[in-house]
Amino acid sequence: MILVIAEQRGGKLNRATWETIAAAQQLAGITGAPIAILVPGAHAAGAASDLAAAEVKEVVTVESPAFEPYTPDGFAAALRDAIAQLAPAHVLLPHTYQTRDFAPKLAARMDRALLTDVIGVKSAGGGTAFVRPMFQGKLTADVVPLGPAPHFVTFQIGAYRADRAAKGASPAAVRALSVAVDTSAIREKPEPPFQQAKQAVDLSQAERIVSVGRGIKEQSNIDVAKKLAEALGAELAASRPICDAGWLPMERQVGSSGQTVAPKLYLALGISGAIQHLVGMKGSNTVVAINKDPDAPIFEVADYGIVGDLFEIVPAIIEAVKQ
Amino acid sequence: MKIAVCIKQVPTREWQPRLNDARTWIRDQDVSFEMNEPDAYALEEALRLKEKHSGEVVVCSAGPARVAQVIREALARGADRAIHVEDEGLSSADAFVTSEALANAMKDEQFDLVLTGLQSDDQGFAQVGVILAEKLGLPHATIIMEVQAEGGALRVKRELEGGWFQWVVMPLPAVLTIQSGINQLRYATLKGIMAAKKKEIRKAAAPPGAASKQKIVSLYAPEKGKKTQIIGGSPAEAAKELVRRLREEARVIA
Repeated sequence: MILVIAEQRGGKLNRATWETIAAAQQLAGITGAPIAILVPGAHAAGAASDLAAAEVKEVVTVESPAFEPYTPDGFAAALRDAIAQLAPAHVLLPHTYQTRDFAPKLAARMDRALLTDVIGVKSAGGGTAFVRPMFQGKLTADVVPLGPAPHFVTFQIGAYRADRAAKGASPAAVRALSVAVDTSAIREKPEPPFQQAKQAVDLSQAERIVSVGRGIKEQSNIDVAKKLAEALGAELAASRPICDAGWLPMERQVGSSGQTVAPKLYLALGISGAIQHLVGMKGSNTVVAINKDPDAPIFEVADYGIVGDLFEIVPAIIEAVKQ
Repeated sequence: MKIAVCIKQVPTREWQPRLNDARTWIRDQDVSFEMNEPDAYALEEALRLKEKHSGEVVVCSAGPARVAQVIREALARGADRAIHVEDEGLSSADAFVTSEALANAMKDEQFDLVLTGLQSDDQGFAQVGVILAEKLGLPHATIIMEVQAEGGALRVKRELEGGWFQWVVMPLPAVLTIQSGINQLRYATLKGIMAAKKKEIRKAAAPPGAASKQKIVSLYAPEKGKKTQIIGGSPAEAAKELVRRLREEARVIA
């Protein structure tokens, strides 16, 4: 069995769950195993009825005080019990911040393999290989898990399309599973989530974005990008290191820890294209990359590229736009 | 407060990948290395906690002999001593093998707090900190942007996705994985570099029998998702041509 662990909060599913179902269906095409979806947490029933539309064998809800609120101790203990009962060959999860927090603990406690940030599945030499980026996206690896099942695999956000998950002819069966967890053993006490600052800039609505990365070199050089943004009628954005350095406010950050954008034009200046950045912008319609490194991963998602010194090229673009 | 910081040595950002003959790993001999960036932030956070609460910062690294370079750098920035689990096989180890090596060397030290980066810039598992916590029997929190350690209790700010955060309280000892940008990094001073030469680096052997849980069968350049049109020529020519295509082909600017 292939077990997909859904992520939901208050009955509302994280979209990445559907992406993981699409990945599970591809894996099922190779191994022939049936798919079950496990929905943990309070209000699991609401999310489960949505998920039952997927072409899967069954949907299993697990409600336990160990899931509310989220803690790694609670999740690892409860999911370990559920997985022991269901005995899957593969356990698939979306590579969200929550998964990153508990999945290594769960895999370590069960002493089982965990492949993270996977972007593809392929059959290889009679088995299954999982494709994952390495070295900041400069290389890609085909990786096989070793040791006994279950093998845990987490899928990079956006690697599969949620709308590609096949729907079944009739709703899948939904059943409830019970787990026994000693909640007094949970050591982490979380406080309610909050947003740091009001998001004054909604980059998700921008038609054009000029985004700067490490290649801008110095804070004073941000002006060059700002002038280009003005010339193009674009919003200014940045990759994480620029916001970390305080050169632009955090609310202008694009990527997994910032905003997800899909403008008509995304112009990346001196951005190498680390995965954490690409997941935030690869839905853009037209991507332009300007970078001195011809092998920068940003060129993999670019429609147009110029290899060279952005400090020579950007003023020339501003000039050309004005003509 | 006795704080451990786990650091990894990774290829520099400028490094251009070259593969070994079997195409299963990189050609190590061609690589120039540096401290994994999130680990540098973890080290800085440890040094700040020590300055506030006093105590000791011990830098721990599992890797081949070359790792001594980043250990020395950490000592020069202010760490008090180091533990180096030295084994050539650790250069391409998976997260389980690395965690096992670190846990084995760290378990008798009774650290109050263990910090490491949220993931490494080489294999990027984002697993070692959490597996290490499990192996040491400690609670953990990941992707941390602020650390408050007062009176035996720990309160940390965890980054969630899309600009959300959450405070989490847990008892010490604990393991935290630190997000890049949590603080401003310091650089080593000449005095620090001189002092580092006298600091202790305890060598430890990798535990026997730690088995890999994954294997790279093939390593290759990424397949392009899009066909990129590279525009050549002088900066002025390339800029003019780009603007023409954005206007006429893509129709995304006026």
